[in-house]
Amino acid sequence: MQATVALAGNPNSGKTTLFNELTGARQHVGNYPGVTVEKKEGTYTHPDFKLHIVDLPGTYSLTAYSLEEVVARDYLVNEKPEVVINIVDSSNLERNLYLAVQFLEMGIPVCIALNMIDVAKKRGIEINADKLSSLLGVPVIPTIARTGQGKQELMESAAHIVQVKKEFRALKISYGDDVDRAMLDMEKEIEAGNFLTATYPARWIALKYMEKDEQILSQGQKHNPDLSARLEETVKKVSSHLLNTLDTYPEAMVADQRYGYIKSLLKQGVIYQKYDQNRLYSSDKIDKVLTNRFLGPLIMLAVIAGLFHLVFTYSAVPVNWLESFFGWIGHGLYTILPDGLLRSLIISGIIDGVGGVLGFVPLIMFMFFGIAFLEDSGYLARVAFMLDRVFRIFGLHGSSVMAFIVSGGIAGGCAVPGVMATRTLKSPRERLATLLTVPFMNCGAKLPVFALLIAAFFAKYEAAIMFAITLGAWAGALLVAKLLRVTVIKGESTPFVMELPPYRMPTFKGLAIHTWERTWQYIKKAGTVILGFSIILWTMMTFPMLPESRVGEFESRRQSILVSVPASVSTELERIDEGTDLSGAARDLKKQLQIINYAEAEAGLRYSVAGRIGTALESVSQWAGFDWRTNIALLAGFAAKEVMVSTLGTAYSLGEVDPEASGPLSEKLAEDPGWSPLMGLGLIVFTMFYAPCFVSVVCISKESGSWKWGAFAVIFNTLLAFSLAVLIFQTGSALGVLTN
Amino acid sequence: MRINLRQMSDNQAGKIAAVKVAGDLGRRIRDMGMVPGTDIKIQGRAPLYDPVALRIRGATLTLRNNEADHIEVEVEEECKQQ
Repeated sequence: MQATVALAGNPNSGKTTLFNELTGARQHVGNYPGVTVEKKEGTYTHPDFKLHIVDLPGTYSLTAYSLEEVVARDYLVNEKPEVVINIVDSSNLERNLYLAVQFLEMGIPVCIALNMIDVAKKRGIEINADKLSSLLGVPVIPTIARTGQGKQELMESAAHIVQVKKEFRALKISYGDDVDRAMLDMEKEIEAGNFLTATYPARWIALKYMEKDEQILSQGQKHNPDLSARLEETVKKVSSHLLNTLDTYPEAMVADQRYGYIKSLLKQGVIYQKYDQNRLYSSDKIDKVLTNRFLGPLIMLAVIAGLFHLVFTYSAVPVNWLESFFGWIGHGLYTILPDGLLRSLIISGIIDGVGGVLGFVPLIMFMFFGIAFLEDSGYLARVAFMLDRVFRIFGLHGSSVMAFIVSGGIAGGCAVPGVMATRTLKSPRERLATLLTVPFMNCGAKLPVFALLIAAFFAKYEAAIMFAITLGAWAGALLVAKLLRVTVIKGESTPFVMELPPYRMPTFKGLAIHTWERTWQYIKKAGTVILGFSIILWTMMTFPMLPESRVGEFESRRQSILVSVPASVSTELERIDEGTDLSGAARDLKKQLQIINYAEAEAGLRYSVAGRIGTALESVSQWAGFDWRTNIALLAGFAAKEVMVSTLGTAYSLGEVDPEASGPLSEKLAEDPGWSPLMGLGLIVFTMFYAPCFVSVVCISKESGSWKWGAFAVIFNTLLAFSLAVLIFQTGSALGVLTN
Repeated sequence: MRINLRQMSDNQAGKIAAVKVAGDLGRRIRDMGMVPGTDIKIQGRAPLYDPVALRIRGATLTLRNNEADHIEVEVEEECKQQ
């Protein structure tokens, strides 16, 4: 026997834990069609049967309040899984049954997992599962997802429902006389008009009209506008009647009566509570400290800084391994492959590009392990609770903070995991505003650029400038978020009403699975889109190549130097192995040749497409004081911000400069008459705000569900950065400050 | 005595009397279990006095002050401080 079983339940009911317990590592993660809500599937194997398990998004209700609820409902209606397993938190039965009642109203086959029965017992709550089962008319199985207890009985009872083709009739609750009477009329009309009845039960359609469910209303309006208008008219009548007599709304009546039904159910000997329901437990006592007015923010700072420190310190080790590994492959291929374009493409284009991207993998793994820990333990909800007041001013949500910090709110993060961290945000508009503004934070790749410019122009004020850069990034990100929220992502703030789940120790299995999912999604992207981008960028910086005549010019300059020195010196340089000491004369010769090679590289770069773009842009970029060299560096910085340093090195005939040791380059910039501290400042600001690196752009597009937002981030951020840089340069020039 | 949820002090208990809001917010408030007749107790407030955390049906919920404005609570007279 084979069948599909959908897992549904409230957030924090242990749904994901049960799913992991049932399916083990045999999971498949994808998206529901057309939306960014995650869809997890897996298989449960029993000696007698096999069940295909789909993990529906966690929801409190089926009222189409959030994308998750719409997705869950659509799945149940359209895919018609054979059984829905509703996981309820036994220690929180009353509220969890609210969702169960809505499944029963739909008349779909339901089986209830009475999860965390151990927690309930500890809290002095006794539940009579058999009684509940006979009252609801569906199987009720006590389970403990963390240990796997009860999972076999649960699966067997689900399979039983399929095998005996158990009939389920929709639960009919009285929603009060006025609503009931109107619904009976509506039901008749719906049935007579075959109004959406192919997909939904008639009474359920009437109920959704009563609840003013936007999704069903718009479906109805399309299907049969006249009938839909009549139904809406009936609802309107009930509405005004209820408002006049009881000062309430139909949707409120429906919710009240559902809770009333649950209450009466539980009173019939289903539940026995030893203590007052709202008594405080250890979790609440922890909260007294962790969300304390004074201690709370301090502890939060310590936790976040600690997480950040741990992640970036420990991930540095495997990041270095990966870097050396790719360096080693690059070096190996360098010696194997003949000099020429192919070698350049493979090493500078492919290996450097993909290697740079895969280099992030350990960082992402560590970061997500940390975030998953904070999220699963329940602490992240407290962070949102404490910071919401601040972030709300800017049209964001308390949960936005994590994404900002990860991206470099404490200098040195990375926007890629930052963008991915916005998934913990459930409010769509706030989430979009967050993921579009996190790239303004000072990620680790921007730091070498800042270090270079600070060393060149502001060496004395290093600490102060770095601090100002950090504050500037936060101010910029929050103000832009506000701007976006009153323009392109306009709309009311999503209600904050959320649960502070009890603190729980996360399971290692859950953390590991979560971390691996995120990492794998990232690796898949790196293998495809990013490889393509690397090759395009390499091509732009390589072609067209210098014409023969100019290559010949450099070659003849090299020859003339070679002939000017004694033959013994040039043969010494040719024959000598790397790493051995050279004689003074040979070292001199090597230096002179290098100067010519670097000059050739500079000329080649300027001659390439990127160089031509850089030169062509000078007419615009001069407003900010940027010349073609800076323009190329900024273009290359689109690959990864630290590439700006090495590209500037090439453009200044210094060869490729190591971003970690940019001393000679910063001296060169400081001496260059074309540069001034003012330009340095302008470039710092530009680097802070311009287009995110393309790995971030890919992630933004993926997380927002549209390339449109990726393109928006590139164009909008660059325009913003340019305006700021021009403003700084022009004002500074006019006032004559920082000009030398 | 009926007061607004926003005016309740920490640790004060009461019974929800009315939820006067429709639409998304109203739906969300009711979905989370805040319907008339439910016992609630204020657990505390965030460091900036907003949002507020409250105990309801054995769980802790949070909502912003401007959302709490829509909820009226029946409290006992002597519990009200100040």
